[in-house]
Amino acid sequence: MTLSAAITGVGMSDIGRKTGRPAMLHLAEAARRALECAGLTRDDIDGISTYPGKADNSPGMSPLGTGEVRNALGLRTRWHSAVPDGPSQMAPIQVAAMAVATGQARHVLCFRALTESSSQTATQRASIPGAGRARLGGWYSYLVPANAMSASNWAGWMAQRYFHEFGMTREHLGLVATGQRAFAQANPSAVMRTSLTMDDYLGARMISSPLGLFDCDVPIDGACVVIVSAADAAKDCAKAPLTIEAMGAALGSQETWDQRADLTTMGAHDSAADMWKRTDLKPADVDVLGLYDGFSIFVPFWLEAMGLCGHGEAKDFIAEGNIGPGGRFPVNTGGGQLSGGRLHGFGLLHEVCTQLWGQASGRQVDGAKVGACGMGGGFIAGSMLLRRD
Amino acid sequence: MRPLPELTPENTAFWTGGAEGKLMIAFCTDCAHAIHPPQLICPKCWSDKVETRAVPGTGTVYTFTVNHQPWAPGMAVPFALAVVDLDGAPGARVTAEVVNADPDSVAIGQAMKVGFLNIDDVWFPQWEPAR
Repeated sequence: MTLSAAITGVGMSDIGRKTGRPAMLHLAEAARRALECAGLTRDDIDGISTYPGKADNSPGMSPLGTGEVRNALGLRTRWHSAVPDGPSQMAPIQVAAMAVATGQARHVLCFRALTESSSQTATQRASIPGAGRARLGGWYSYLVPANAMSASNWAGWMAQRYFHEFGMTREHLGLVATGQRAFAQANPSAVMRTSLTMDDYLGARMISSPLGLFDCDVPIDGACVVIVSAADAAKDCAKAPLTIEAMGAALGSQETWDQRADLTTMGAHDSAADMWKRTDLKPADVDVLGLYDGFSIFVPFWLEAMGLCGHGEAKDFIAEGNIGPGGRFPVNTGGGQLSGGRLHGFGLLHEVCTQLWGQASGRQVDGAKVGACGMGGGFIAGSMLLRRD
Repeated sequence: MRPLPELTPENTAFWTGGAEGKLMIAFCTDCAHAIHPPQLICPKCWSDKVETRAVPGTGTVYTFTVNHQPWAPGMAVPFALAVVDLDGAPGARVTAEVVNADPDSVAIGQAMKVGFLNIDDVWFPQWEPAR
């Protein structure tokens, strides 16, 4: 089965830390590059979507909504949407795929823009939900007031349980972090490109046990644009269309970080399992992966969710060298968010597409034809399988 | 200063039960399902006959983390956070701020008991080793 939708272009701004550059300039640069990649013009774009929409719940987390971007770029659209509640940061891409497949639009500009690096101050940390609010509501009102303020805490306790059940150690996560840094060293747009050894990893300060500094992704300023096109319209684009072979958005547990019965699994497992039900392809057919690495521990969780290995087997799968440079199933070949910067999943998808187009100079996976992408951690998850024919 | 939860019809019992030293959890009176975080409808059977009642205030550490990073001005670190399976409320867990214990002594399987910290109109459950 295949959706009548394809990715036809991707573009990323010059991302960085403390750029001081307004989000809209990052966005415009990413949009220009994505259109150039696709061989399209502004007037071809007739749809726009984003996650989560303009939001002020955490500093710099989402400074731009569809309205401002439509205005700034002078877009005339037939369809637009922002998705705060959906299957992860991937939601705008999944929704765009459904929009083009049902004829609502031909070419949808999907974007994600962040200024978390420039917005961060001593008293305003990035990714602390509810910062500055007098009173908290919603799921995080049961976490943040208990001083479980950071996703590193929530990921930390998932990692601790996983370590306890399956004998994973920090060295396994160190292989994820150092392997992705090695990839980043071959990616000029990654923000962290100095070498990272296992000793560096193990010697870094603890953030929320068992997760240390290099288990956490890096807040950045930047924007990324992905263009989703109807299958027939995609044929006219500059590059071979990357067909959306299947996607998954299932979620079988509560929307919070402490109630899932088995915290050695997460929403990823539900969404990826559902994705595989919609395709004849198998995990063994995958050539390259982009797996959400807001924290290193999400990578082994996603490996198991994607069916590349069994539950509890990811530590051995990683130790056998499967996911790093030269591995059979290379993951986050641009450095991921750990070394490339936190573009909330869009950067990971950008890299998978770059690989499938054979343009990942210096880190190219030979003959990559099928890519898998998983975005989100905890209860947040969306999965996608891309195919280049 | 820690952020305070907004008090609502569904959560007021949970956040104020500590005034009487009680940990109040929501239960469905039709199917007995323990509901946490509390809500007005039972997610299992859709009954609106939800009531809160005191549970023993003890539980077992399902997992934990030791936080070393000060996320807010004045936050004293390190401290332990645990996810505690509640006695008397099968399937329900709470995120637990651990007090009166060496953070590095917290372990999966450890027995815990609740106490409360009052700030303004909220009684925060805090947890310490039961022995």
